[in-house]
Amino acid sequence: MTIPSKPMLKAESLHKTFKVGSRFRAGGIQHLHALSDVSLEVYPGEIVGLVGESGCGKSTLGRCLLRLYDVDDGRITFKDRDITGLSQRELRPLRADMQMVFQDPYSSLNPRRRVGDLIAEPLRVHGKHSASDVQARLRELMELVNLSPDFLTRFPHEFSGGQRQRIGIARAIALSPSLIVADEPVSALDVSVQAQIVNLFMDLQEKLGLTYVFIAHDLSVVRQIATRTAVMYLGGIVELGETDRVLHRPAHPYTAALISAVPEPDPQGNIKARTILRGEPPSPTNPPSGCRFHTRCPVAEARCSAEVPLLRALGDNRSVACHFPLDGSAAAHA
Amino acid sequence: MSDATTDATLPKTAAAETPEGPWRVALRKLFRDRTAVGAIIVLVLIVLACCAAPLYAKYVSQSDPFQSNLDGSITLDGNSVDIMQADTAGLGLGVTPIGPTWHGQYFFGADNQGRDVAARMLYGGQNSLLISFFATVVTLVLAAIIGTIAGFIGGLTDTVLARLLDVLWAFPVYLLAISLSIVFISKGIQIGPFTIPSNSLILPIMIIGIVYVPYVARPIRGQVMSLTRSDFVLAARCLGVPSFRILVRDILPNVTTTLIVFAPLMMALNMLTESALSFLSIGVQPPNASWGTIILDGEDLLYTQPMVAIAPGLAIIITVLALNFLGDGVRDAFDPRAKLRVKKD
Repeated sequence: MTIPSKPMLKAESLHKTFKVGSRFRAGGIQHLHALSDVSLEVYPGEIVGLVGESGCGKSTLGRCLLRLYDVDDGRITFKDRDITGLSQRELRPLRADMQMVFQDPYSSLNPRRRVGDLIAEPLRVHGKHSASDVQARLRELMELVNLSPDFLTRFPHEFSGGQRQRIGIARAIALSPSLIVADEPVSALDVSVQAQIVNLFMDLQEKLGLTYVFIAHDLSVVRQIATRTAVMYLGGIVELGETDRVLHRPAHPYTAALISAVPEPDPQGNIKARTILRGEPPSPTNPPSGCRFHTRCPVAEARCSAEVPLLRALGDNRSVACHFPLDGSAAAHA
Repeated sequence: MSDATTDATLPKTAAAETPEGPWRVALRKLFRDRTAVGAIIVLVLIVLACCAAPLYAKYVSQSDPFQSNLDGSITLDGNSVDIMQADTAGLGLGVTPIGPTWHGQYFFGADNQGRDVAARMLYGGQNSLLISFFATVVTLVLAAIIGTIAGFIGGLTDTVLARLLDVLWAFPVYLLAISLSIVFISKGIQIGPFTIPSNSLILPIMIIGIVYVPYVARPIRGQVMSLTRSDFVLAARCLGVPSFRILVRDILPNVTTTLIVFAPLMMALNMLTESALSFLSIGVQPPNASWGTIILDGEDLLYTQPMVAIAPGLAIIITVLALNFLGDGVRDAFDPRAKLRVKKD
């Protein structure tokens, strides 16, 4: 596909730190570096996959992009408008245009409100629909997510995880947003239901011309849905490019390790040499010097612990943050 | 998307019946709980009996439970019997009040003013129930307001309110209640043009209500804090819902359940506290009665006519037990965690 030149959402060197612990307890206040120097551009109509281990900052990035969290430093531009400094009140009208689907379909729906009431909430709050319009829109939305309109009067506890996630999606598309950040929308679901929900996301993108930032830790989900993929490790993007290239010819050693960790469907087939990562990811409260991956990297050298590798272009529409990218891309050795 | 349609149509058969809200589910559960239903029946009977106090005094007891009746007599099995009977073993006054007759008049006997204890118990029950009920209302309303504000706004507001609650909490309940009662009930309160006389029921209601506020406000604050951080509140923020609407539509309905669970248990506690204060004569003031003051009346007669103290004591025990059983039932019916447990098994 041709990528339009103008990004819909642009994040420039975002930093986000959480304070953990307490002044009055052992260890004192610690700073958890959830995001350090993250830049990402999302173009209209594309699906950007965000992958990485738990705790790598992908959900934080998703929430920062929608200004659900405040960033400490950096700039977020949505449709040519700098939204970094806007107050929550100023953001409210923009909310109609950027939405989120949450990971846990159980906790993201208020158990005390009926499904129709939940989905109608954005319509009522933004006040663009009359009462009869709301009812018509509700039916239309239920149809879009393949749920029976009879369900509108029911309560969330009567539904399965997959159905609840459909309700969450209906609520997110209620105001016809152009951007949806989906925060691991399928990882809490059964595998059989995962495929249905991923298909629904792809259907909706086609019908409504949506743009997604699709967060996942499952590479197969990302491979299926994402046009471009960003791989995150310990609060930073280590590799970014078209999904096929990133997942088939990884340039970053971490991406390679992630891919080789996916179980082979055919145990009789030729088993490729696996890159097995040793140890746990380092603590984000005390990240390693230089390249954050050097403590576990199979190809790390002295330079890696001294110098932070910047995200730079490799030529094939791909960027990588590594001093010694794989794939013999010697061109990157500048 | 054919695979998805199966998912969508699966429970369609059940859609015909009217969907049950969480409230109705909880109530249905409550009314299936035999212990809770029994407790409700007992409580309703007690309340009805106490409401009927004037009728009982007029038609059954045929005496004025607020007037001393030292010279009176009643007709028992055709014989006229003195209410205060000559008895050397008595108070040293030469008389002992009549014991339980187990008949309409002076069912539980008389106190040392010659008043019908049974009639006084019904009137006293009115006061005990009123005080414990309205003190519960005071506690829950104040606790809900303080806990919600502290939990929802957070930051400095939360710190200040939480520390204030801690100060109140630092006092043992009874010590604080007794101190407040001694100060206010001895004098009454005068605020500008309004005077609350020292025998007003408002005083024990306010004192008991306020003393228990931290015990409810704390858990409410915690719950509101966790609700404020919950995914569905984040989702609401993401949808652009204003804070106040989030508070009213998303947070308060969830807090209400907690308040309902607390209500019967708090009322039981309040009844015990009220009785204790009245027994110490710093609760309900004479000539008004409460179950606590009647126990106090019975204290002097404990060896000669123990029924005067035992009867109101039993009334307190039965009411408090019933409230506690009801509280357990309400908790089982309304507590979402309990519901989750049943579901996962």
